[in-house]
Amino acid sequence: MATATTYGARDHARAQEGARAEAMPVVPAADWPAPPCEAGHLVWAETVAGGNYTHRVLARGTELRLTDLRGDACAHLLLFVADRPWERLNVADTVKVQWNAYLSEGRLLLSDQGRVLASVVADTSGRHDTLCGTSTLVRNTERYGDGTPQSPSPAGRELFKLAAAKNGLEPRDLPPSLSFFQGVEVQDDGSLDFTGSTGPGGSVTLRAEQHLTVLIANVPHPADPRPDYTSTPLEVLAWRAAPTPPGDPLWDATPEGRRAFLNTAEFLAARGLA
Amino acid sequence: MSTHTPTPGRTAVVAARAAWSSVIREGETLTITDLHGNQAVDFLVYDAHDTAVRYSAPDTIHAQGNIFLTTGSVLLSNEHTPLMTVVDDQVGRHDTVGGACSKESNTLRYGHHTWSQHACVDNFLAEGSRHGLGKRDLVSNINWYMNVPVEKDGTLGIVDGISAPGLRLTLRAERDVLVLVSNCPQINNPCNGFDPTAVEMTIGAAG
Repeated sequence: MATATTYGARDHARAQEGARAEAMPVVPAADWPAPPCEAGHLVWAETVAGGNYTHRVLARGTELRLTDLRGDACAHLLLFVADRPWERLNVADTVKVQWNAYLSEGRLLLSDQGRVLASVVADTSGRHDTLCGTSTLVRNTERYGDGTPQSPSPAGRELFKLAAAKNGLEPRDLPPSLSFFQGVEVQDDGSLDFTGSTGPGGSVTLRAEQHLTVLIANVPHPADPRPDYTSTPLEVLAWRAAPTPPGDPLWDATPEGRRAFLNTAEFLAARGLA
Repeated sequence: MSTHTPTPGRTAVVAARAAWSSVIREGETLTITDLHGNQAVDFLVYDAHDTAVRYSAPDTIHAQGNIFLTTGSVLLSNEHTPLMTVVDDQVGRHDTVGGACSKESNTLRYGHHTWSQHACVDNFLAEGSRHGLGKRDLVSNINWYMNVPVEKDGTLGIVDGISAPGLRLTLRAERDVLVLVSNCPQINNPCNGFDPTAVEMTIGAAG
């Protein structure tokens, strides 16, 4: 198709409509072929390429399902309260307050303000990590020869910087992250065993307990010992649902979690948000 | 123990529950002494010339393949560059998983009755503000002299310490760094033996 003229270039660009890529957002999300909920409730449906990132602002009560389609996704996650991003995921408080280093169904993702950001409401993988964070430009340059976003081996932190910038945030806003689908276990002497993936199809579902800015980088786990940069597509689906209510088993599962839900409810009520 | 001669006037005793900070120049050392035993020293370190580059617990952990810090541990930044190295440690292991105590997390861990108690995050905020640092600049920190084992099922917790009166550790600055310290005021768990006490900071000349 001729592109020497503005008219030709316009025709050429418009002729792309309807093209499909393996990794792409489906807009509107309601067109997603196999929704896990009533189709009209989907608000986000995307396949994120290996070595790529995505981000979204999600309303309180939204459920977010991440799926490791082929077994080598690793979803690095950061959460911020949407309109006051200085309140954000605190991995140290998340593990300390709940007396456990590992993530699983029923665990809460806590902010630094003694409140719940999200709860883990389903998990078919069980291989997650709160200890190792994500990869960096320096680390990936050492390991794979490059770590820039445009390279074949982008670093998680470089992608988080881009996702953060698009939400008005700077590198200093990026705390330690957690990751799903590639496991790490702590041995008695404190050393780490990389247990990797459970294989294709593992999924984890988070419930937003406040309005959240969600940043996701799909890059290899930094402790992945394989010499090649191995990163496969991540499916991201989100749909309208409800926040955890008082009396729910999750609300009362632990005294620490109950107080976190109470702090969250009181904060939101005072703001007129719940 | 390193063999430097401490620079006169550069030893400070940090009172129980108090904060402290200092720039440590590349090559200089910082020796922290647990004067009375089992006193958690919450610690953050920044590139003195670009504080967006700051300590990263996860980078430090995955680079050394171990959650405990001791002699030889290199404290890495969020850009995976060395900030300081532990060159001597008389205790054996220190925590970097548990983070700092805060008034807010204390309400979850112990209950709302703890709300009026002082906490490390308040020390970090107060001391950090003297250097232009704010809440956004606080990240997962180091807890020198704090003992946090992780069980097979992932259960972790702050348990009785393994330090003792007079035990020291020494860090070498790998570039000009800014160190923030909170001498932990926590009284609801054994990180300070339920009795916060003073610690000593000594800056040594570049060797």
